[in-house]
Amino acid sequence: MRVVAVLVALFCALPALAEEVVLGFSKDTVSINTSFDGSEILIFGAVKREAPIPDEPRLQVIITVAGPNETFAVRRKEKRFGIWVNTDAVEIDSAPSFYAVSTSTALGLSLSDTEDLRHRVSIPRAIRSVGAPDTIEDATTFTDALIRIKSSSNQYQLNEGTISVDAQTLFRTAIKLPAALTEGDYETRIFLTRGGEVISRYDASIYVRKVGLERWLYRLSRENALMYGLMSLAIAIGAGWSASAVFRIFRA
Amino acid sequence: MQIYLPIAEVSVNAFLLLGLGGIVGILSGMFGVGGGFLMTPLLFFIGIPPAVAVATEANQIVASSFSGVLAHLKRKTVDLRMGTVLLIGGLVGAALGVVVFNYLKAQGQVDLLVKLCYVVFLGIIGGLMFFESLRAIRNTKRGKPPTRKKHNWIHGLPFKMRFRVSGLYISVIPPLLVGVSVGILAAIMGVGGGFIMVPAMIYLLGMPTKVVVGTSLFQIIFVTAFTTMLHATTNFTVDVVLAVLLLVGGVIGAQIGTRIGVKMKAEQLRILLAIMVLAVCGKLALDLLIMPSELYSIGEAGH
Repeated sequence: MRVVAVLVALFCALPALAEEVVLGFSKDTVSINTSFDGSEILIFGAVKREAPIPDEPRLQVIITVAGPNETFAVRRKEKRFGIWVNTDAVEIDSAPSFYAVSTSTALGLSLSDTEDLRHRVSIPRAIRSVGAPDTIEDATTFTDALIRIKSSSNQYQLNEGTISVDAQTLFRTAIKLPAALTEGDYETRIFLTRGGEVISRYDASIYVRKVGLERWLYRLSRENALMYGLMSLAIAIGAGWSASAVFRIFRA
Repeated sequence: MQIYLPIAEVSVNAFLLLGLGGIVGILSGMFGVGGGFLMTPLLFFIGIPPAVAVATEANQIVASSFSGVLAHLKRKTVDLRMGTVLLIGGLVGAALGVVVFNYLKAQGQVDLLVKLCYVVFLGIIGGLMFFESLRAIRNTKRGKPPTRKKHNWIHGLPFKMRFRVSGLYISVIPPLLVGVSVGILAAIMGVGGGFIMVPAMIYLLGMPTKVVVGTSLFQIIFVTAFTTMLHATTNFTVDVVLAVLLLVGGVIGAQIGTRIGVKMKAEQLRILLAIMVLAVCGKLALDLLIMPSELYSIGEAGH
């Protein structure tokens, strides 16, 4: 029986990739509660392989974490009649609300351009913009601006060399999530590369969820907006009245 | 202490919000302005998305004005009849204002027009108030009686009504028009509109300053409550956690402000408000004139 099991395992492993990822997260759910102020996720794993470790080229690891896609409008200001006015606008059809790329070495060294194009790994590749108006010739500057602004608030991150790889088998990294997070499934991809070629890819999801009061208020505001609005007003007026009453007691 | 805001989806310091609410609350109580014209830009500055800031501010103004108006009702410094006339105009204006706002939003120019509105209105009103107050202070120092209750073109209009608390017998058309224009501006600029209504009541309608503050607060409560509901049901941008933090600071500040306001002379109050209005105007004008460090901005898609 044992021999059969080993044979079956071998047979199944054969068409699979020579090197595969076994993955772990410090947490696969990020809960946004009232005191949420950003979070750090530890991503770690091991490379499972059937053959001896090839010496060259060395194994590299790339990890991407992407928040839900959104549509953005990027606008540019120009000086008109002495004041700065929004003139040109380009719509970015689909860009992740959050995007982090972590690598074990410089991204250019661990991933070829062709593979980047295929898997959409680097930040510019993760953004899709098709519909720039004909009047705008330098549409790429708008995409650059989106990346620049998002990077300054840590919503886009390129963390080169932050993945530590031990003996070409164990890898780990930590990714900092900023406080301003959108709810949704954060698609996480792990790429193993050798000489710029992707030899294995592993996909997983991290769930970012509002919990408790945050969740209740958010859902009420979307699902029963009238109720939510009236409640907001009632709370506001109640607080206003009670503060006034407290002051009256103090004076008396 | 950091706190995560469920609708704004950002994390901010709770004490910072309480402090901002308190300061703006004191000003609200002193001058009878909602304080939105100060609070809304301050919220932008600490990183609250503009749409959420505008909608939540409307909700917060309801609360800070409510405690203020209670204080004024107790002292019988609210002209309810005049307030109701202004309110009818205000609701019509707010509805019109939302239509204009949505049209500008579709054009992608809403930020600019909001800022231009601020600069123009704050500039005119602040300037007028400043020089008028200076003149009034000089006159009282020389011992001249204040020259109010002039008969002007307003007294020739039909549909006259007696406003006992204000001691006026004037046509309802000017207060209605004041209400409409304040409503429009309130909806476009995301403010209560007190900083426009207060001078309009003093200089256009000739109401006594002490009644003006309570009456404008009375009108502001209902117009901003209407605006809050409009934002909550169409844009889902009212953040009740943010509003509660701002208003806890705000209601306490408003009570303190009302006390300070009673002790001060009307002319001093007016000149202080004028200086503040001009300062905000100057800051916004500079933002439009000086080249911004980041020429690009990210917004929601335009459709």
